[in-house]
Amino acid sequence: MDYTGDPAGAPAYLDSATAAPPHPVTREALLAALADGWADPSRLYAAGRRAQQLHEAATAVVAEILGVRADEVSFQPSGTAAAQAAVLGGLGGRKRVGRVLVHSAIEHSAVLHAARTAEAVEVGVDRLGRLDLDAWGTAVRAGGVALAGLISASHEVGTVQPVAAAAELCAEAGVPLFVDAAQTVGRAPVPPGWSLLSASAHKWGGPAGVGVLVVRKGVRWLSPYPQDDLYSPRHPGALSLPAVVAAAASLRAVVAEARSEAVRLSALVDRIRERVAATVPDVEIVGDPVERLPHLVTFSCLYVDGEALLHALDRHGFAVSSGSSCTSSTLRPSHVLEAMGVLSHGNVRVSLHRETTEADVERFLTVLPDVVAAIRKEAGI
Amino acid sequence: MIRLARAIPAVAVGEIVRVLADDPAAANDIPAWCRMKGQEFVAADGQAFDVRRVT
Repeated sequence: MDYTGDPAGAPAYLDSATAAPPHPVTREALLAALADGWADPSRLYAAGRRAQQLHEAATAVVAEILGVRADEVSFQPSGTAAAQAAVLGGLGGRKRVGRVLVHSAIEHSAVLHAARTAEAVEVGVDRLGRLDLDAWGTAVRAGGVALAGLISASHEVGTVQPVAAAAELCAEAGVPLFVDAAQTVGRAPVPPGWSLLSASAHKWGGPAGVGVLVVRKGVRWLSPYPQDDLYSPRHPGALSLPAVVAAAASLRAVVAEARSEAVRLSALVDRIRERVAATVPDVEIVGDPVERLPHLVTFSCLYVDGEALLHALDRHGFAVSSGSSCTSSTLRPSHVLEAMGVLSHGNVRVSLHRETTEADVERFLTVLPDVVAAIRKEAGI
Repeated sequence: MIRLARAIPAVAVGEIVRVLADDPAAANDIPAWCRMKGQEFVAADGQAFDVRRVT
């Protein structure tokens, strides 16, 4: 295929599961708060008090949307930091009970990295990426379990996890549940029953560099960081308050649109699932077709190198991501695709957002079959 | 994977093709290929993977 450097249509960013483009409210709130909220909120002069008011207002917004108390919410430097603080702090708070962390096989790598500090017990998923609830129940009932961790919905394949049922099993066993809700917050309500939760503002269209950690009252949590109050989940060190303000403002804006956007994007995802299966030979559409995130779809193409596919789509103006080994920092295939036992090479994850148009999706669906065919032809298929 | 796809039609139904692969994705992707293409994944032994042609 000749590369002219001139895509045949407008570029389309289709990787919101990595970082959603900033919502217009994010820009407005960020600029306003840069002018008004740059001081340290812990200081006792007027500028500090103004910053403190902004911080409290942002916390109250997030608490209301998540259905928790404001003093249960803290902001963190990223979603990764929030997830790791949840895991490490949750383990630390219950170290007298044991060192075991039960987690699904499809957690985000941030959680898996934190799990290496504990005795990790991994619970598998089925071919569609759904948690094995029987194995989960057995695992959390075993002795010495300090914490359980479950992603609300897979960031790689979109399959929504049975959070409420997993939480009930945890409650019966007296084990606190941490839910990594990075892909759900701002798109759909998080089911109840969890003890700790993390989220990430740039996944919902807020700024990068803001994570949310919720630790419910009564949950034992011990800071993994050296700081004065080891029981306070507040991150030690100054946060970007303008970014926090923008995160809260944008969350309120996206939640207001969430239901209608979910309907619109879910229909586009259905279209991608059907058309890719019909127009690309030897392709596997991955993940639960029904119990899934509204905006995300993953598929794998036989005899195609994932990195080559990403680059070819980039040349056509499409930004997507991949769970293929050649595209990862570890040169291993995605642990999520492996846990599901689905094809990992030639993998593409497409994730839509509020700026994605039907025309973007149509152009992607027009371009993709030829791109795949060209790579296969080059490989001699 | 591409060589497996070429080798399978060259053997009779019921025969086994052994794939030697040092790709870390092979242990996952060869069974997935078998499922997608309706062939039988027999066994893996280190970097050797046996696939039986069944169709």
